[in-house]
Amino acid sequence: MATIDVPEQVSVLADAEALRKACKGWGTDEKAIISVLGHRNAVQRKQIRLAYEDLYQEDLIKRLESELSGDFEKAVYRWILDPADRDAVLANVAIKKLSPDHHVIVEISCTRSPEELLAVRRAYQARYKHSLEEDVAAHTKGDTRKLLVALVSAFRYDGEEINTRVANSEAKILHEAVKDKEFNHEEIIRILSTRSKMQLMATFNRYRDDHGTTITKNLEGDSGDEFLKTLRPTIRCLNDPKKYFEKVLRNSIRRVGTDEDALTRVIVTRAEKDLKDVKELYYKRNSVPLDQAVAKDTTGDYKALLLTLLGKED
Amino acid sequence: MALPVDIEALDKAFSGIGVDEKSLISILTNSNEEHKKSLRKGSSKLFIEDAKGFERSDQSSIKILKHQFKRFRDAVMLSVLHPWERDARLIEKAIRKGPKHYNVIVEMACTRSSDQLLGARKAYHSLFHHSIEEHLVTHIKGRERKLLVALVSAYRFDGPGVNEDVAKSEAQILYEAINNGEKNKLLDHEDAIMILATRSKQHLQALYQHYNQSYDKTLAQDLEGEGILKDTVECLCTPQTYFTRVLEAAVKEDADEESKRALTRVIVTQKEQLVKEGFIPNKIQDILLGLYKDFMLASIASGDIK
Repeated sequence: MATIDVPEQVSVLADAEALRKACKGWGTDEKAIISVLGHRNAVQRKQIRLAYEDLYQEDLIKRLESELSGDFEKAVYRWILDPADRDAVLANVAIKKLSPDHHVIVEISCTRSPEELLAVRRAYQARYKHSLEEDVAAHTKGDTRKLLVALVSAFRYDGEEINTRVANSEAKILHEAVKDKEFNHEEIIRILSTRSKMQLMATFNRYRDDHGTTITKNLEGDSGDEFLKTLRPTIRCLNDPKKYFEKVLRNSIRRVGTDEDALTRVIVTRAEKDLKDVKELYYKRNSVPLDQAVAKDTTGDYKALLLTLLGKED
Repeated sequence: MALPVDIEALDKAFSGIGVDEKSLISILTNSNEEHKKSLRKGSSKLFIEDAKGFERSDQSSIKILKHQFKRFRDAVMLSVLHPWERDARLIEKAIRKGPKHYNVIVEMACTRSSDQLLGARKAYHSLFHHSIEEHLVTHIKGRERKLLVALVSAYRFDGPGVNEDVAKSEAQILYEAINNGEKNKLLDHEDAIMILATRSKQHLQALYQHYNQSYDKTLAQDLEGEGILKDTVECLCTPQTYFTRVLEAAVKEDADEESKRALTRVIVTQKEQLVKEGFIPNKIQDILLGLYKDFMLASIASGDIK
């Protein structure tokens, strides 16, 4: 369930005007920006951008980029983009880092629906004049590269059918790989990047039933291996995305010095999807509401925006 | 009694690609039992002397005839289906039929635009309840699997702006993979597969030029004998070479059934391209017959119409 609170009636013209007012003159009225954009869904945000362009012959995003700064600016920028475009930007940022953030690429390719992932690939091409898989291939190597390219290129069947025989045999293959720690990477990559999500869930369940423990538990521990570092989030995202997001949030807040990038990314990308369920998981796990933890760890306008996206009443 | 000219006409009606329906009508409807008997006796292709004293059909010839009669139907089906469904069905059939047909998968993945390939993948979901990748890995155990999965999964950028330095260095990577390593290990060469499967066609065409300039031979020449690797490079960089090769193989004297089927597939799906490349129907029209011939020639003619 989404967390953002969108009013019944919305006038995108009034919104565009309000945003213009907030940016005009000395200083910026960040509260006004949050109170408009923080309560609009993706379709509405897009219409506001178009209305703003129409009225003022200016790109709202560029305007906001120049008016705002820091973590708040980054968050607003990501929030205001179309979801597919946003994911393309996140992927590009992750790839181009000196030490690429593989888990972000995994997150985008494994938690979005097949159609959403296609939209991301299109948006990526439009923005960067390269295919997503090309850039991933150029910035990674070895088996990690094989896994990541396969994941971003996948167009999984999205039906409900499950083949129990396949679930059985592939649970065995995965267990062999995990147990021996001599991961037959080809087979793992094949299974994880081609099977439908329903089929994979059946396989993971079978694994748990056969071995009394989840596959993710069996992968814990060994940190060294590059491939493992990418494999773990892959299986987590495919197996239980909400649980995965709860963990990312927990880690991002827990760190000495918050990991704002991760915090922003999860809240912004899930606020219109399943952030409510993630919040519940967070509370169950940590006995502290997510809102409270975020409020404690962040400040200023950045904090205000995050809390708004989390569904806090003004 | 059947005149030799009738017997010859009967044989001729079946001696090309397609069937001369008009000729068959005129021979057979005017034929009484006596006439037919001598047709059968005289026809070397279709009938053999049975021990029990009658002219029975040669089973293998009947099978070949079936294929010939099917051609018009297949042309219609390929022509009328939505291109996405058409390509999805062609891929599925190729996967089922085995290694000799893998070039069809390469053809579908590499000669279609990025969006057409995507469409075929969607159609595949609807028709077969699996993704193409899934079926590829399930049915293909051989070394071609990696390359084929990578090719069908591609969503290549389609636009200008090739980095010539990268194209040149990647040409070198391919050169070294082909000439220094063991040639039959090419299908396992990760970098080579990544380059062929993820780069845009514009980039690969630039790479092809650099290869030619740097090494005095074309990449396709260096891949002679390398089956689907050569097909891949041709389809991506010089598709007209690939299609010409397929068409010529179809009309050869000893062409097998699969090669002949390729004729229908290529003409129906590539007619605009063929016209652009200046493809002249003379080469093929002598060997085509009947309604099938009409359909093929009309397809090429209409390829000119925008």
